[in-house]
Amino acid sequence: MARMAGRRILFAVPVLLVVTFGVFAVADASPFDPVKAYAGTAGLTSSQANLDQLRANLGVDQPLVTRWWNWITAALTGDLGDSGVMRQPVADVITERLGWSTLLAATAFLIAIVLGGGLGVLAARKQGGWLDRCAGSAAYTLEAAPAFWLGLLAMWFFALKLGVLPAGGLTDTDSDVITFGQVASHLVLPACVLGITQLPWFFLYVRQGVADALEEDPVRGARARGTSERTVLFGHALRSGMLPALTLVGSRVPELITGALLVETVFSWPGIAAATVQAATSVDFPLLAALTVLATAAVLVGNLLSDLLYGIADPRVGFDG
Amino acid sequence: MADTTARPSPEQVRWRTHGRTRRSTRTLRMRTSAVIVTLVVLAVLVVPPLVNLDEQAVDLALKLQPPSPAHPFGTDDVGRDLLLRCVYGLRVSLLVGLVAALVATVIGTAVGAAAAAFGGWVDRIVMRLVDTFSSVPHLLLGIFIVAMFRPGVWPVIVSVALTHWLSTARIVRSEVLSLRSRPYIDAAVSGGASRLRVIVRHLLPGVMPQAALAAVLMVPHAMWHESALSFLGLGLPSHQASLGNLIQTARSSLLAGDWWPTLFPGLFLIIPTLAIAGLAGAWRERINPRRRSELML
Repeated sequence: MARMAGRRILFAVPVLLVVTFGVFAVADASPFDPVKAYAGTAGLTSSQANLDQLRANLGVDQPLVTRWWNWITAALTGDLGDSGVMRQPVADVITERLGWSTLLAATAFLIAIVLGGGLGVLAARKQGGWLDRCAGSAAYTLEAAPAFWLGLLAMWFFALKLGVLPAGGLTDTDSDVITFGQVASHLVLPACVLGITQLPWFFLYVRQGVADALEEDPVRGARARGTSERTVLFGHALRSGMLPALTLVGSRVPELITGALLVETVFSWPGIAAATVQAATSVDFPLLAALTVLATAAVLVGNLLSDLLYGIADPRVGFDG
Repeated sequence: MADTTARPSPEQVRWRTHGRTRRSTRTLRMRTSAVIVTLVVLAVLVVPPLVNLDEQAVDLALKLQPPSPAHPFGTDDVGRDLLLRCVYGLRVSLLVGLVAALVATVIGTAVGAAAAAFGGWVDRIVMRLVDTFSSVPHLLLGIFIVAMFRPGVWPVIVSVALTHWLSTARIVRSEVLSLRSRPYIDAAVSGGASRLRVIVRHLLPGVMPQAALAAVLMVPHAMWHESALSFLGLGLPSHQASLGNLIQTARSSLLAGDWWPTLFPGLFLIIPTLAIAGLAGAWRERINPRRRSELML
């Protein structure tokens, strides 16, 4: 298992190298000019000589491959450049915000797993029943609904109409200190919306898994022995039906990042995804490049985790792959 | 239904009735989907030239009117009729989605077919690259491309197309690989057909149904993608308002408590998505009846 993990981590290195190179190549092919971005409005009035000097200072006059390699070697020492829009080093932006994003994502996953798992079992127990059909249709509808739209409507209903939850941010605007209660109340809406966008696939997988498990011999055997329906459902069917879905959680990191990009923006959550959108709207290349690579690394870690979990959940799966 | 003469076991009976109820709901879903898709196509094609109304017509006296018989969806913050805005927005979103899906399908089919037909190291390298770029979240890659090339119609289309051809390439590749070992391909090769001729004449027609299905399923996804980019302020310019732009501009009205400018564009996005997915699901069952249990979206 350690060997498989090691090999996968080794495979991740070329993937990350190619992705970073792709990022640099796209930026190189685009009309984006780092010198103008750096100089801002001052760039409009300064002389060509000054601009050229700036170009040399920033190292932009070097060929693409050299710039890419410089970035990689600097990144390995922890220097990811400076973010223009945040006015601080990129590494600081990431360390400051990563925790909030992780908190949001973990809470959202928890909500999706508990709600989706529970609904999935109930729906699988009476396939074709009203709960199954209602939850199934709702799942497809939710899958089609854009996360930002759900977020806006939830914000309107719970924050503006009912006034029970704060509309956005991490804390109230008038408070400077970050307290547990403040963060918890501000977390509810974004985490629920992000969780609900992740819920449909989990529900559908658990429902399918449990429904399949209910047709299998262990369940038939348990029923024949007179085991109570509750034990059959939660002890036998849920265990074999939910594990495959649980192990898939790691492979859903891309969808989670996509959802977080939208939900964090809607609710002004000070996480890493909201920073990505800010970096994109103000064309902050150092920040955007670092965050793109970080997201790719997160996806790779998620995939690895998912494969490892799958191997633990189902010992028939070998670790050779 | 091969063994209708044999006495069915209780399990078979259960399965059969089960199948029958499911089939009837399936037909219902397919018909509803077909009706909705027809309505959507009619709305975006016929309404703009027929109703000679200016969807940009500003009337500040009518701003933020709740839904009423005169304005079924209400009006937005400068008094434009939201029903008309939604139809025009759907038109823009659908067009962007269609073009992006078409471009992505062409790239994906070409890459997938080439990888499978050449095999060997070409295949290995191409598929490794596909895997690599699949591990960047799609929306993030789209955001990156649009940010670098400045928002506009073509950057949005390109960014959506560039992130979506990967799955088509995988589908087409595996389909070509399974077709390659069929006798008719052997016959063509032994008849002296060139590699290009085998690909174009014999392999591509075989993968067309799968590629077309992937393209149809991609349209709603591309529309979703475009609206997400537009919502983030990285999409289409505001004079070509798509559904995402409509939701983006509705944000300030929403914070003032007016829900209708946000609600209706979203419904215009969800309902066609579900209808297209429903139709494509029915189509998939027809061309590939074994994979019934697969998720629709």
